[in-house]
Amino acid sequence: MSRPDFWVIQTFNGLSYGALLFLLASGLSLIFGVMRIVNLAHGSYFMLGGYIGLTVALRSGSFVAALLGGAVAVALIGIGMERLFLRRLKGQTLGQVLMTVGFALIFQDLALLVWGGDPHSIPVPPALTRSFTIAGVVFSGYRLFLIVLAAAVAVGLWLLLERTRVGALVRAAVDDAEMAQGVGINVPRTSLGVFALGAALAALGGVAGGGFLGVYPGTDFEVLPYAFVVVIVGGLGSLPGAIVGSVLVGLLDNFGKALFPELSYFTLFAPMALILAVRPTGLFGRA
Amino acid sequence: MIRRRALLALGAVALLALAAPLLPPYPLTLVTQALVVAILAMSLDVLLGYTGLPSLGHAAYWGVGAYTVALLATERGVGLAGCAVAGVLLAGAVAAVFGLVAIRAAGTYFLMITLALGMVVWGLAFRWVSLTKGDNGISGVPRPELFASPLPFFYFALAAAGLAWTLLALLVASPFGLTLRGIRESESRMRSLGYNVWLHKYLAFVISGAVAGGGGVLWAYYNGFVSPTDVQLITSVEALLMVALGGPGTLAGSVVGAGVIVFLKNFVSLYTKRWLLILGAVYIGVILFAPRGIVGALRRRSVR
Amino acid sequence: MTDDALRLDGVAKHFGGLRAVDGVSLTVRPGERRALIGPNGAGKTTLFNLVAGMLPVTQGTIRLFGANVTGAPPHRRAALGLARTFQITNLFLGLTVLENCLLAVQALTPSRLSMLRPLTGYHALYARARAILAAVGLAGVDGVVVANLSHGEQRQLEIALALAGKPRLLLLDEPTAGLSPAESRLMADLLANLDPAITVLMIEHDMDVALALASHVTVLHYGRVIADGSRDQIRNDPQVREIYLGV
Repeated sequence: MSRPDFWVIQTFNGLSYGALLFLLASGLSLIFGVMRIVNLAHGSYFMLGGYIGLTVALRSGSFVAALLGGAVAVALIGIGMERLFLRRLKGQTLGQVLMTVGFALIFQDLALLVWGGDPHSIPVPPALTRSFTIAGVVFSGYRLFLIVLAAAVAVGLWLLLERTRVGALVRAAVDDAEMAQGVGINVPRTSLGVFALGAALAALGGVAGGGFLGVYPGTDFEVLPYAFVVVIVGGLGSLPGAIVGSVLVGLLDNFGKALFPELSYFTLFAPMALILAVRPTGLFGRA
Repeated sequence: MIRRRALLALGAVALLALAAPLLPPYPLTLVTQALVVAILAMSLDVLLGYTGLPSLGHAAYWGVGAYTVALLATERGVGLAGCAVAGVLLAGAVAAVFGLVAIRAAGTYFLMITLALGMVVWGLAFRWVSLTKGDNGISGVPRPELFASPLPFFYFALAAAGLAWTLLALLVASPFGLTLRGIRESESRMRSLGYNVWLHKYLAFVISGAVAGGGGVLWAYYNGFVSPTDVQLITSVEALLMVALGGPGTLAGSVVGAGVIVFLKNFVSLYTKRWLLILGAVYIGVILFAPRGIVGALRRRSVR
Repeated sequence: MTDDALRLDGVAKHFGGLRAVDGVSLTVRPGERRALIGPNGAGKTTLFNLVAGMLPVTQGTIRLFGANVTGAPPHRRAALGLARTFQITNLFLGLTVLENCLLAVQALTPSRLSMLRPLTGYHALYARARAILAAVGLAGVDGVVVANLSHGEQRQLEIALALAGKPRLLLLDEPTAGLSPAESRLMADLLANLDPAITVLMIEHDMDVALALASHVTVLHYGRVIADGSRDQIRNDPQVREIYLGV
């Protein structure tokens, strides 16, 4: 493969991975924005979404159903976690975070119990797996699908946050939860909604990723650090941050793996460290 | 009060020392394992319980210590003293570098950054196959001749854990220890009183990492085998749970927590493969119903 | 001519469009007792936070005993002799009264970095801590966890922590906040008996306490100094009267 082709392909691959990361990280960032907690079970949402999507796809034969089914199911799990458990520790951020760790462990073991230890692939419609050629370079159709999906979600989120009444409520709650409560906004219900949305987004990423990387035990803790790097670099609670962060991390990781395979994580985290050294709350973050 | 705790600790050590020859082999290895792991838990307690910094990547320093020993002992034939010093120093050095990045961050960001940094070490252990043999791990780490068999090694571990406990107990009872607790309670007040809070947090981070590395050194000799599993996220999570279960900010609690988790893990594994599920449930239970942990709850009751 | 204890030149703090502090210049001489008054939202606590170093200034310079501290972190300013109390009690709630005071006492001493010697061996620190607690009227509650103190006792501890480091300039942020009339009187006595060498700048809503302690008064309104003079001058200033009586 010629040199320019290499860079083009790697950039494309990096963007598609970034697309997947965006689905994962945007939810994490949103959840932090309203609730000020880092959900360490977020990787688990990704994984469970993939597994549930797998089952739906196999039973129904529809990829769309898999996407929706995974997202809805995990959103419900997220709602359950928040309402029944996290809410009991209102105000204790560390306690809540540690609690999400407990859930992450439980989810990991449950997934192992239900779906076993072997990797699976989610069947995707042939239309998506077609590859196409531009200027002699072959691109994967599924990767393009990921990019398009993520872009659509990004636009949808932006519209939701900036142009709808619900979005205004969310932005108010992110800005100053106490104040928002004071002017009559039902912050607990808004938070719950955002939590469900964040979980659904992660699950969507899990199903979409599942058609591409497969679903297997360990994805939860494997993607979690990537989600973290995205929100650390982009800044918690910021949608533009999540977009920029995902693209950056996707590209860095891809090029890192291609050029220095033995140091893969390191090539990712060194830039993260650099960015943090200059801006401790990330590029677009708030404290 | 310090004297009473020191006496209790000495009593526990004496009890263990006397009971050891009477224990059957399997329980003996479990107690030994608990002692080794307790060093990791105690080091984390200094950071989490005393300074209020929740680190989710502490297995990294443990792993650096363990891998250093494994590599030096199997490939260069370095003896115990050399390996131990190298392991602790290297772990401390890694903590010194990581600390520069992590300590700038507060609360939530700190948690995420330490987790990410822990993954860097895991990633290196896993992918830098030419150095670490990757997933296969490094086996055949030879124990020093003097401590080769289980009972002598138990006493070695007991001494090492005792040394770690003594050093850390002195640390938390010192003015520096009080400073750490002050930082935990109110960083802004500490700043206005004149403390360079960043520096103190950084020192705590490096010391904690070095001690965790010491634990890793001992682990390499105990286990004879070091692999990426030793630096994976779950190991850091288990360490956190040991501290939370035993009681953050008590040191003794971490030892108790380590013992409980080691025994629970091995006991549960006899009956079911669902160890992670149970660990997660225990975790949630502790957070909801016993936020101060076992020793924390006991101490509170005695003060009333 | 000795340096001013505190000198602010054109200090401003903007939060986006909001000018919380809008070009404040003032000079406090060593040993002076000054009250900083003004209606709610006038920018008094923000000004304190700027002087203490907890907020960076948008414009202007701050000089502490002649040294330019405008970009310096809080701990550097403390080393130069600055101490402050907080309007919302900011104590080490999980620690005992004595431990709180010890933290304050050891803060500017080299022993704070000592790691292998038990704290209990530092008798001088303990003696000084106990002396300060007695001076503010908190003898006998050494072992009580601060979260269990009454509000009045906590306000006393606030003062103790600020005095422990032998400050040259003391910033008091509403020392009588939330105190009963009896407690306020005790606090006023405490403040009246402060070492006369300490320069004091005090935010206070209770006009009796403020004017009893202060010889000099600065009035802040919408982030600006609108009046600055002796007690009697301020009392008779028509603008000030309008602000306070009109409110």
